[in-house]
Amino acid sequence: MKSSLLQLDRVSFSYDGLPVLDDLSLTIGRSQFISIVGPSGAGKSTIFKLLTGAAHAERGRILFDGDMLDAGPRHFAYMPQRDALMPWRRIVDNATLGLEVQGLSRKQARRQVEPLFEEFGLAGFEQHYPAALSGGMRQRVALLRTVVQGRSILLLDEPFGALDALTRNRMQLWLEAMWLKHRWTVILVTHDVREAVMLSDRIYVLSPRPATVAKVIDVPLPRPRLRDAASRARASAIEGTILDALFSPQDDDQQRPHLQGGSTQ
Amino acid sequence: MPSRASYRRNTPSRAFLIRVLPALIAVACLFLAWEAYCDLSGISPTTLPAPSHVFAQAWANRQGLWDNLLPTLRATLAGFALSLAAAFVLSVAVDFSHILRQALFPIFIISQTLPMVAIAPLVVLWFGFGLMPKILLVALVTFFPMLVALVEGYAATEKELEDLLGSMGASRWRRFLLARLPSSLPYFFAGLRIAITYAVVGAIFAEYAGSAKGLGIYILNAKNNFRADLVLAAVMVSSVLTLLLFGATLLLQRILAPWIIETKGARR
Ligand SMILES: Nc1ncnc2c1ncn2[C@@H]1O[C@H](COP(=O)(O)OP(=O)(O)OP(=O)(O)O)[C@@H](O)[C@H]1O
Ligand SMILES: [Mg+2]
Repeated sequence: MKSSLLQLDRVSFSYDGLPVLDDLSLTIGRSQFISIVGPSGAGKSTIFKLLTGAAHAERGRILFDGDMLDAGPRHFAYMPQRDALMPWRRIVDNATLGLEVQGLSRKQARRQVEPLFEEFGLAGFEQHYPAALSGGMRQRVALLRTVVQGRSILLLDEPFGALDALTRNRMQLWLEAMWLKHRWTVILVTHDVREAVMLSDRIYVLSPRPATVAKVIDVPLPRPRLRDAASRARASAIEGTILDALFSPQDDDQQRPHLQGGSTQ
Repeated sequence: MPSRASYRRNTPSRAFLIRVLPALIAVACLFLAWEAYCDLSGISPTTLPAPSHVFAQAWANRQGLWDNLLPTLRATLAGFALSLAAAFVLSVAVDFSHILRQALFPIFIISQTLPMVAIAPLVVLWFGFGLMPKILLVALVTFFPMLVALVEGYAATEKELEDLLGSMGASRWRRFLLARLPSSLPYFFAGLRIAITYAVVGAIFAEYAGSAKGLGIYILNAKNNFRADLVLAAVMVSSVLTLLLFGATLLLQRILAPWIIETKGARR
């Protein structure tokens, strides 16, 4: 793997006896965009908890830039599954939250965030409360709050999961454009296979709980994607592969599916 | 954005009037029914005076009512302030320490089972006829609702918010200030509205148990002199006081936490 920035190496985790992650390995390089897809309850959000320090792996290693991840410096900017905006903070103050926690004064933080409102389609709404915003706008605020933290890797947990199809589509196009411009390193958790194919360099398909990597799919399509018929056709072929991997375990729920491409015990 | 015309139609004072109008009409109807009953049944005014009579007597005795209202107001506010301060400090302590919570909560709950009729005379016995026993009794009846409101408010903090702050590296104290404390505000204000009504009743009851001045003792004296009209006049004054304090809590919420109003109906 050329210059892997983050590596999860055979990581296992359980919630008081309930095994959630089992020998899970994945790798992301600098400026890569990877997605994690998997059934609901598989343990996708749990992976982010391990990375943000809310939980600790029982077995396996997490390496950041070659070193064991510890409680020291923070490398991740996390966007929770729901937007988690604070209803009592105006939009601008929600956006600056991470910077304030980092120790910047409110004024400094605002100065740093303000130029980005235009790009995030939020200009003019700085002084509104979150309740006055549409779902798509709230999601953009949450994303803005995430990227301004200036961390190495963005962890996005189903950022568009709660949006209607049309808005979601627009947000995906927007995120693609933003990524092409900024080249963030992103781990995206999503249920939306099409979204994963559109945005990612590589897709990790997880098995049902306890999650392990069922399949790794590289997406070599040129960007921007899904603009022409040819790239849409290739994308839908990849989507088919992912759906096969997601649905292939026809055994009953109790039995742990062993899928091709997963790590071996 | 609303047009200029709709702004004019909905000026704050006008909107307020429209909001309270149904309540005003309902109260007026009650008074009218009461008045009609007194007129038609021929009931003796010493047993049940008509509202017109009560109003007239209240006006005639306005100096006495006013002089007795002020001590009650003072006791209510001082007691309430004490209770708020204690509830806040203890709610924070209990939020940070599980052991403290387990140790103290049973005591708080027991404090709520103490019957006022028994406790009020005792507190007067221990602390005299001055302001102190009233402050303590008001604090006693309002402390628990405020504490529960705060503690439940902290607990209502969205899990995602705490995870988010944790991912940013916020300390426990920071998380409390940034997420848990503001999350508790809607609960806090709901508790405030309930507790402020208890506070007035508590103050009057404390005065009733023994006092030199105050609405409670005014009511007791009026009763002993068979002046049902003055009892009712004092009751009306205390009701108005409670309403005003209730309104003040709404105003306070608007000023301190305007987002609660703005998010009403839009909460997930
Ligand atoms: N705090 C917790 N305590 C105990 N069990 C938990 C906890 N959080 C999650 N779990 C369990 O761990 C499993 C994985 O949860 P996780 O949130 O990672 O799933 P997910 O893949 O993100 O699902 P979804 O796509 O629905 O968000 C679930 O079965 C859940 O029941
Ligand atoms: Mg999840």
